[in-house]
Amino acid sequence: MKQLSPFTKGLRDGIPIGLGYLAVAFSLGIAARNAGMTAPQGFLMSWLGMASAGEYAAITVIAAGASYWEMALVTLVTNARYLLMSFALSQRLDPKLGLGHRLLIGYSVTDELFGISIAQETPLNPRYCYGAYLVAIPCWAAGTALGILAGNLLPTRIVSALSVALFGMFLAVIVPPSKKQPVVGLFVLLGFGASFAASRLPWISTLSGGTRTILLTVLLAAVAAILFPIKEDADA
Amino acid sequence: MRNVWVYILVMFAVVYAVRVLPLLIRKPIKNRFFKSFLYYVPYVTLAVMTFPSIVEATQSPIAGVAALVVGIVAAWFGAGLFPVALCCCAIVLILEFFLV
Repeated sequence: MKQLSPFTKGLRDGIPIGLGYLAVAFSLGIAARNAGMTAPQGFLMSWLGMASAGEYAAITVIAAGASYWEMALVTLVTNARYLLMSFALSQRLDPKLGLGHRLLIGYSVTDELFGISIAQETPLNPRYCYGAYLVAIPCWAAGTALGILAGNLLPTRIVSALSVALFGMFLAVIVPPSKKQPVVGLFVLLGFGASFAASRLPWISTLSGGTRTILLTVLLAAVAAILFPIKEDADA
Repeated sequence: MRNVWVYILVMFAVVYAVRVLPLLIRKPIKNRFFKSFLYYVPYVTLAVMTFPSIVEATQSPIAGVAALVVGIVAAWFGAGLFPVALCCCAIVLILEFFLV
């Protein structure tokens, strides 16, 4: 077989990711539409954001009309995992790789794109990332805009069904590590329980969804880190 | 209601900083608590955002609960992101034919 260039290989590996993004972004678009966002706003949010959980949280902030500070905090908390991924990715880059490439690679570190990038030979060729990004980013942005536009046209049944796609993707991220590591599973269950309680209890239920997410995440992750610190040599 | 475009730019500034700063610093994190904290954050935050929201997203709460269960089972048996999302949508579509 002919040797593919890193860029072409990235394009090819980006296709299944792009298709998945198109569908999930559609579900995100439905949420954005319910928050009163327009298609151009959704398109830009997804083009710049490239994050399912982070953008979903951002939509709840917009829907609540909360402060810009709250938006910054919610974005920081819901995207904190990318900090870890980028640290891991930084170890795979050629130490001599220039600033320009680093700024571009950092643009779209997502669960899936990180996943395929980390599976490449070290040092990672930035052109591989660019190929995958070139497919995945437009799919994600277009899917969001389509969700906002077509959410109006689709029957309620279909909208209702599609609205769980995003949560399905979240489950696909949290369940496999929960199966492998009981501690992660325990804190996922505690997260479910705490979130349910927080949506019902007096006072805390009056806070916005985004604020509750921050409080519960910081609290539970800190407890987990104190009680069950990860091994020193553990790979992030 | 504040300006949606400003919200989007604030979100972008933060999420881009989160992604790009670690790529500029070449030394790994040493602090064990901070490393552990960052390790648990994604799972906890996704769990908190998924439930009870998934139950409130559908027309029938029962369908939402079914989507949660089906999603967990599918992911448990190794289905990827897209297949799990598809399974959740399918169960809601099917159940709501009877429930709604």
